[in-house]
Amino acid sequence: MTASVVAAAGGDVALAFIEIGAVALALALLARLAGRLGITAIPLYLLAGLAVGDGGVATLDVSEDFISLAAQIGVLLLLFTLGLEYTGDELKTGLRTGAVPGVVDAVANFVPGLGLGLLLGWEPTAAILLGGVTWISSSGVVSKVLGDLKRLGNRETPSVLNLLVIEDLAMAVYLPVVAALIAGQDAAATVLTVTGALVAVGVILVLALRFGDRLSTMLSGGSDESLLLTVFGLTLLVGGLAEQVQVSSAIGAFLVGLALDGQVRERAEQLIGPLRDLFAATFFLFFSFQIEPSTVAEALLPACGLLVVTVVTKLVSGHVSAARNGIGPAGRMRAGTALIARGEFSIVIASLGTGLADGTELGGLAAAYVLLTAIVGPLAAKYSDRLPRSLAARRVLTSPA
Amino acid sequence: MADITEIQLPGVGVRYEFTSADGDNVGVVCHHGGRREVVVYTRDDPDRADTVLSLGADDSRTLSDLLGASQVSEAMAAMEQRIEGLALDWIEVTAASSLAGRTLADGELRSRTGASIVAVIRGETTEPAPGPDFVLEASDMAVAVGSPDALEKLRIALRS
Repeated sequence: MTASVVAAAGGDVALAFIEIGAVALALALLARLAGRLGITAIPLYLLAGLAVGDGGVATLDVSEDFISLAAQIGVLLLLFTLGLEYTGDELKTGLRTGAVPGVVDAVANFVPGLGLGLLLGWEPTAAILLGGVTWISSSGVVSKVLGDLKRLGNRETPSVLNLLVIEDLAMAVYLPVVAALIAGQDAAATVLTVTGALVAVGVILVLALRFGDRLSTMLSGGSDESLLLTVFGLTLLVGGLAEQVQVSSAIGAFLVGLALDGQVRERAEQLIGPLRDLFAATFFLFFSFQIEPSTVAEALLPACGLLVVTVVTKLVSGHVSAARNGIGPAGRMRAGTALIARGEFSIVIASLGTGLADGTELGGLAAAYVLLTAIVGPLAAKYSDRLPRSLAARRVLTSPA
Repeated sequence: MADITEIQLPGVGVRYEFTSADGDNVGVVCHHGGRREVVVYTRDDPDRADTVLSLGADDSRTLSDLLGASQVSEAMAAMEQRIEGLALDWIEVTAASSLAGRTLADGELRSRTGASIVAVIRGETTEPAPGPDFVLEASDMAVAVGSPDALEKLRIALRS
């Protein structure tokens, strides 16, 4: 990695600038198009990555190492800003009211991915990653859809948002576990690593919630410039340290975001936001950049099957969560459809498996699946009030509650 | 006043809800960034909100002014900084207080209690930074800053 940076300092630097500049401009066009269409840009970035990547129309030579590192930073910043969105109180409310729906959601949506992975004859670790891909709804897409459809005031909306909190928190357990599985040690060592990782997450979480106030007060003094550098540095540093102890750098960054509170939180959001957009766009592009378009084409059929099954399972999650808050049938349907879209987290999870033997298939399937849900989800949410009520009614009758 | 229910919206903000005298269920969504949405719940589907108004932070202030509410509580929320050991409180001067009808300087409140009165609200008017010759009256609302202990002493002084 450093070799190319050094090499780029020679004659390659011009070429590197041209490549990175071209990539950024292409992303800008896509972001603009997404804004025009009123959708999130993630599916477009994925498509663009497929088009220019391995086996596609263009290739990157000198800048690939830089872009791959930028993509990793993108993951950290994505997770950092996600953590930033939640206050300690919101987490506690989410945990208190959302534990049962959270478990239903996890089981109902994890199993289809896991099952398909095993059915395709993948190694168990890859199947577990696919389970994660189908489990987690996209916080980004869901909150955009709810805002666009003006549903933030609706009574079913807290059930949806609390479920997202639970899913995001569950990642703090899931990611370290899969990180240990991917490391591929023997059973005893894996158990040890997982335990160590979970203890570390628990300790950081408690520290973040207890001393977050103090940290925020400490940071609140300086200029925007110093705050930006501090927050960026802290995110990468904690992420790197977390990775060292096998906790997954993403979760380290998420916990840093959680720790910030009050005014500092708002300032950090404004300062890091643009940086996050830049690096995260690079991440989505780079993820599909590594995928051959043919693997996505081959994955379309299983992805469609997975889509059908997991649309239904997300409707179940939404129903259970909303019903517990006394929401009527129409509201339960809205909650379920809002949750269909998968996005950034699914891609983050799939990207962990690129080194596995079945990593290529996993990447292709995850890309196809996220593309499909990102299109179907917002549409289903938009027209949920017109979906046949009989569907909603039937599910109420058959639901165990 | 109607009961106000508060509901957390993780990652978005808070929603408040009340039932108006006419029987409408009214909600206000307060976004973290300061944007507000005023919604009314539909009668056929009580979970669905129709957005009536979407307001920026300044718009909310204008509207609440027009609706006759005081801006003080808003300003208070902004003032409530996280400074360790420092608290801010509103204390009413009761008719029984020996300080009613006397100036701030007479009461020697700062030296006796350690708390400072930074503003006095009287009916619809507010006296920011009242001077030593400001005369307190019964049912004035004193806005005071100090340590929690000092505020407690001040509360006793203004009530007896």
